[in-house]
Amino acid sequence: MTTHVTGGATDADEEAAEGRVYNVAGGDWDHVVTAGDFDRAENEQIVVNMGPQHPSTHGVLRLILTLEGETVTEARASIGYLHTGIEKNLEYRTWTQGTTFVTRADYLMPMFNEAAYCMSVERLLGIEDKIPERAQIIRVLMLELNRVASHLGGIGPFGLELGATTIFLQGVRMRENVLDLFELITGLRMNHAFIRPGGVAQDMPPGGLEAIREFLRDKAPRMVHDLRKLIDANPVFLARTRGIAYLDLEACMALGVTGPLLRATGLPWDLRKSQPYLGYETYEFDVPTQNTCDAYGRYLVRMDEIEQSLRIVRQCVDRLAERNVPNDPVMIQDAKIGWPARLSLGPDGMGPSPEHIAHIMDQSMEALIHHFKLVTEGFRVPAGQAYVPIESAKGELGCHVVSDGGTRPYRAHLRDPSFHHMQAVAVMCEGGNLADVIPAIASIDPVIGGVDR
Amino acid sequence: MTQTPPGDETPAEENENLPLHRPGGTTPPSPPAEATRGERRLAAGVERTGMFGAQTTGDTSGYGRLQVRQPPPLSSEPPYGGYFDAVAQALGAALQAAGIGFSDAIERVVVDRGEITFHVRRERLVEVADKLLHDPALRFEICTGVSGVHYLDQPDRELHAVYHMLSITHNRRIRLEVSAPDADPHIPSLTGVYPANNWHERETWDFFGIVFDGHPALTRIEMPDDWLGHPQRKDYPLGGIPVEYRGTKMPPPDERRSYQ
Repeated sequence: MTTHVTGGATDADEEAAEGRVYNVAGGDWDHVVTAGDFDRAENEQIVVNMGPQHPSTHGVLRLILTLEGETVTEARASIGYLHTGIEKNLEYRTWTQGTTFVTRADYLMPMFNEAAYCMSVERLLGIEDKIPERAQIIRVLMLELNRVASHLGGIGPFGLELGATTIFLQGVRMRENVLDLFELITGLRMNHAFIRPGGVAQDMPPGGLEAIREFLRDKAPRMVHDLRKLIDANPVFLARTRGIAYLDLEACMALGVTGPLLRATGLPWDLRKSQPYLGYETYEFDVPTQNTCDAYGRYLVRMDEIEQSLRIVRQCVDRLAERNVPNDPVMIQDAKIGWPARLSLGPDGMGPSPEHIAHIMDQSMEALIHHFKLVTEGFRVPAGQAYVPIESAKGELGCHVVSDGGTRPYRAHLRDPSFHHMQAVAVMCEGGNLADVIPAIASIDPVIGGVDR
Repeated sequence: MTQTPPGDETPAEENENLPLHRPGGTTPPSPPAEATRGERRLAAGVERTGMFGAQTTGDTSGYGRLQVRQPPPLSSEPPYGGYFDAVAQALGAALQAAGIGFSDAIERVVVDRGEITFHVRRERLVEVADKLLHDPALRFEICTGVSGVHYLDQPDRELHAVYHMLSITHNRRIRLEVSAPDADPHIPSLTGVYPANNWHERETWDFFGIVFDGHPALTRIEMPDDWLGHPQRKDYPLGGIPVEYRGTKMPPPDERRSYQ
């Protein structure tokens, strides 16, 4: 016997194959209970639709679970509810405008999307070695701050989904501090479009380094300590996560799983170490691993990574403070690619600086033409293709871009780690308890914006 | 270009695609469809350089019979540099052991911007992937999925599937590229070798209409099940409606004036 908990047509073939089928929609079970031939046989199956609107599915994920009692016999993930056509839209904008689209894919790690996209465009342009040193340091700084924010956005809701509001509030409170830093530096809390092909949009604002230093000195270590004290040995958390959602190295390899899930199997695979980019080889940090292959191990890896990221941020701040280069650029010094205007904050928001406006409107016709051409038309990118992978907070995030030699991407594709990790839901959940589905999903830390793009 | 004078019986050795006046009242061959656009694309030859980023010939005279030569497809000869030679040799040896010649499976190799691309014939894709995964000298454990590309201007090889492979054992990366004509959009599925490609192949089917033969359940994944068409193909419009902003109507992005 099968009970479909949400509505659906009962069909004669289905009944012939599965026995008596009951459809229950809207939580009304009365007619099932009162049905005379209600069969309480051993092989009773219930099909439950969890999502797409469900508080613990991290957005609009839909899980189709087949249950025998409390045991999940089949778990199927259904995605596509947040597909926004980012990749198609990119083909109708200039290469620079593309940054504002990719940043919205996985909205909990916007900096990583921007970095992967911009680095792949830079490889197509052949300017990878011409990016200013200061821009590279600021990129690393922002990426590591974003890693902290993304992991907190995974750990906090993890607690909430297990029923602990305190963990959620503590996690979100610390994430809030990181978002405040983002707001100070980029002007926005998310969807920054801060990393651009050729460098970053603007330099650190006055007081930016001091604000990060203050966060690093006092708040961050205390908040990490509080979170660890709250979660690490919490008996309820341990009971819900230890040995749950098991995924070993072999399964990770077969399913293309990377990031904290892979490192929780004991393999220290981190692209920042193995295939360094942005000068990561010059920073001191460790790659934390666990060998438990379970949800608890993934939590510990993320927590350790937060501490390592803060370590890298500290080094970035020191480097930026120690640099003593006059007119240190943050955008490539190539007038054919670099954005012509220094941006500044005006009364109506971010825009070209008043000096730049005065220059192009009053002083130089050529500068006006140059500005117009570069802003409306954009730069040309030589034909070809490139794939640049980076170690994002969730795993390998790659950007495959194809150019036909024009001013717009011919094709841009984000290889989002969450998309691949969602395939592991069935492996993690089938044969386990229904209650363990929740920590399994939370330990993957998927963001549907990145899965669906 | 010379026109054959009437009555001249010497066989025309000119390009038969050009609409020339034929003797004896025979109907001239109809010009190819491209000629009506004022250009004809040739598959190989010198690379075109247009002015002001012109998309076609740049011919504004109205004469309309200039011949456009497409750039020849990129191809690299060994040595490829770095670890690329080791990969190519190991792959060749592994294929040889299975009784497949290297050039039977690999159409050409391209080294560009520090990345190596093996253009694989689609009949041999599964064998090549199997060797890449299982041969100890190759060991590409992770296939990071498949990305489709729709090249409108490559006749009989419009649809491309691009695979990026990662070897953790050897710390290497390569790219495989497979093409299929639009009329026969079939590429063998890699799910038997790399189960991770399951969803990504569904996505590529959904967006590009590439049929991955042998996939266990090739259904749409991002678009609704009853969607018509494959949205990321180049002949599929972006869509959109005009939006009013500060008193003026903004047309949708693909209908705006385009500076390119």
